Amino acid sequence: MFSFYQTIAENWSDWWPRLSHAAWITIYVTALSFVVAFAIGLALEFMRTRSSVAIRLTAQIYILTLRGVPILVVLYLLYFALPGYGVIISALTAGVIGLGAVHGAFLAEVFRAGLRSVSPGQREAAQAVGLSPFQTFSLILFPQAIKIVLPPLLVGFISLLKDSAICALIAVPELMLAARAIMAETFLPMHVFVLVGVFYFGIAFPASLLVRALEKRLTRGSTNKSSLETGDILPVARLDGVGR
Amino acid sequence: MNTAPILTVRNLKKSYGILDVLRDVSFDLHRGERLAILGPSGSGKSTCLRAINFLDPPTSGTITLEGELIGLHPNGKDHRSATRRKMTARELAPQRAEIGMVFQLFHLWPHLTARENVALQPRKVQRMSSSDANHLAEAMLKKVHLGHKLDEYPGRLSGGQQQRVAIARALAQKPKVLLFDEPTSALDPELVGEVLNVIQELADEGRSMVLVTHEIAFARRMADRVIFMDAGVIVEEGPAREVLANAKEPRLRKFLSTVSTQEAVQ
Repeated sequence: MFSFYQTIAENWSDWWPRLSHAAWITIYVTALSFVVAFAIGLALEFMRTRSSVAIRLTAQIYILTLRGVPILVVLYLLYFALPGYGVIISALTAGVIGLGAVHGAFLAEVFRAGLRSVSPGQREAAQAVGLSPFQTFSLILFPQAIKIVLPPLLVGFISLLKDSAICALIAVPELMLAARAIMAETFLPMHVFVLVGVFYFGIAFPASLLVRALEKRLTRGSTNKSSLETGDILPVARLDGVGR
Repeated sequence: MNTAPILTVRNLKKSYGILDVLRDVSFDLHRGERLAILGPSGSGKSTCLRAINFLDPPTSGTITLEGELIGLHPNGKDHRSATRRKMTARELAPQRAEIGMVFQLFHLWPHLTARENVALQPRKVQRMSSSDANHLAEAMLKKVHLGHKLDEYPGRLSGGQQQRVAIARALAQKPKVLLFDEPTSALDPELVGEVLNVIQELADEGRSMVLVTHEIAFARRMADRVIFMDAGVIVEEGPAREVLANAKEPRLRKFLSTVSTQEAVQ
C-alpha cells in the first residue's frame, strides 16, 4: 500500500500539472454544457406548455429523439459527420453542444416535474391579472419550481460531469484523455485512474455543497407555511424540506 | 342604469364531454351594479364566473366587456361563436387585465411579499415604474386594511389577510369589473367578516362586481341583483331583496331553507 502512494508521489511533479490542467477543462466543458442544457431544458418545457400543437410536438420529438440516442452518437455526428457537410467545429464546441443537447432533454423532464408541483392556481392567478404566457412562466412558475428541482438539478449536473468523460473520444483534452495519455506512457492504470476518480469526486463534492447552500438561501424568507394549507404547493414539494 | 351594460353574457354553454355544466346562460351587468350568483354546489356558478375571463373557456356563447368581445376574434360575418376563432393566451392577456378576479383559495404567489404580489401586475402589465407600482400597491393594501403587512410573505398571513391581499392585487389592475369566486368559502368562520367588510366597502364605492357566494345574508345586504342557478341554468333572477324574501321557484326555496338552517346552526 505504501508503494502505491510512493509511486504517485514520485510521478506527482509530472502528473499534477497535466491532470490539473485537464481537470479545469473538464470543469469548463461541464459548466458550459450545463448552461446549454439548462437553457434547452427550460425552452423545451416552455414550448411543451404552449397551446400550439406544432410547437408542442417539436419539443416532444426533440426530447424523445435525444433521450433515445447515446451521447457518443451525438458527439460523433457533430464532430465527424458535420465536417462532411461543411460545418467544422472544434472538439470542445462539439462536446459542449452534444452534452448540452442531450442533457437538455433530461432537464426538460426535471423542469416538468418541478412546474407540475406548482399548483394550477398559481398559473390561473397569473393569467387572470393579464400576465403573458412568458411572464407567467418566468415570474411566477419558474421561481417556484426552481426551488423544488434543485436536488434533481444537482443529480443532472453530476451525471453531466461524469458524461463529460466521453468527450475524450473526440479528443477534448479533458481529464480522461489526459489520464489515458499518462497510462499509455507509464503503464500504471491503477494509480492513474484512482487519482482521476479522486479528481472527479473533488469536482462533484463541492458542487453538491454549493447546491445545499443555495437551497438554504432560496427557501429562506418565503416560508410558505400556508401554501400547503391552501393547496398551493402539492405535498410532494414538502419531501425535500422545501418551504420549511 | 339605463346605460348599456358593462358586461354582457350571452348563451353561454360549457360542456365537459357529455356533461353539460352550463346550458345557455345569459345575463347583463350594468355599470356600478353588484350582482350575486347563488346556487348549490355543481350548479355551474363558478364555471360561469371563470368563463368570463376565459380561465374555463366556454364551449359556445359570447361575453363582451364594454362592447369588446372577450376571448374571440370579432372578425367574420357569422355572429355565432362556434365559427369565431379563439384568441391565443397572449392575445387574451390584455383583456384579462381589465377583469379583476378573486379566487376561493386566494392563489397569492408565495415567493413574493404582499407588496410584490400587488405591484407585479402594474409593473409588468401596465408598465408602471417600480416606484409608481409600489406606491399603488401600498395604497391598495391600505385600502384593504393591510398597510402594516406590506413586506410579509403570504405564508405568514392568516387566510383572511391573504384574501385581502388577493383583493388588493385585483384592485391594482384597475379593472372594469371585479369577479369574486366564493371568496370566503375557504376561510375559518371568524375570518369571514373581515373579508366581507372589505368587499362591502368596494361595493359602496360603486364598483361593478359579480360575486359567487354561499353567504345569503351578505348577498342580500350587498347585491343589487341576484341570480340563482341550478343544473347549469338560471332558475330565477331579480332584485336581491325581492328574490331572497319571497322566492317563487321551489328549487330556490329549498336552497334558501337549507342554507338558512346552516346559518342558524352556526
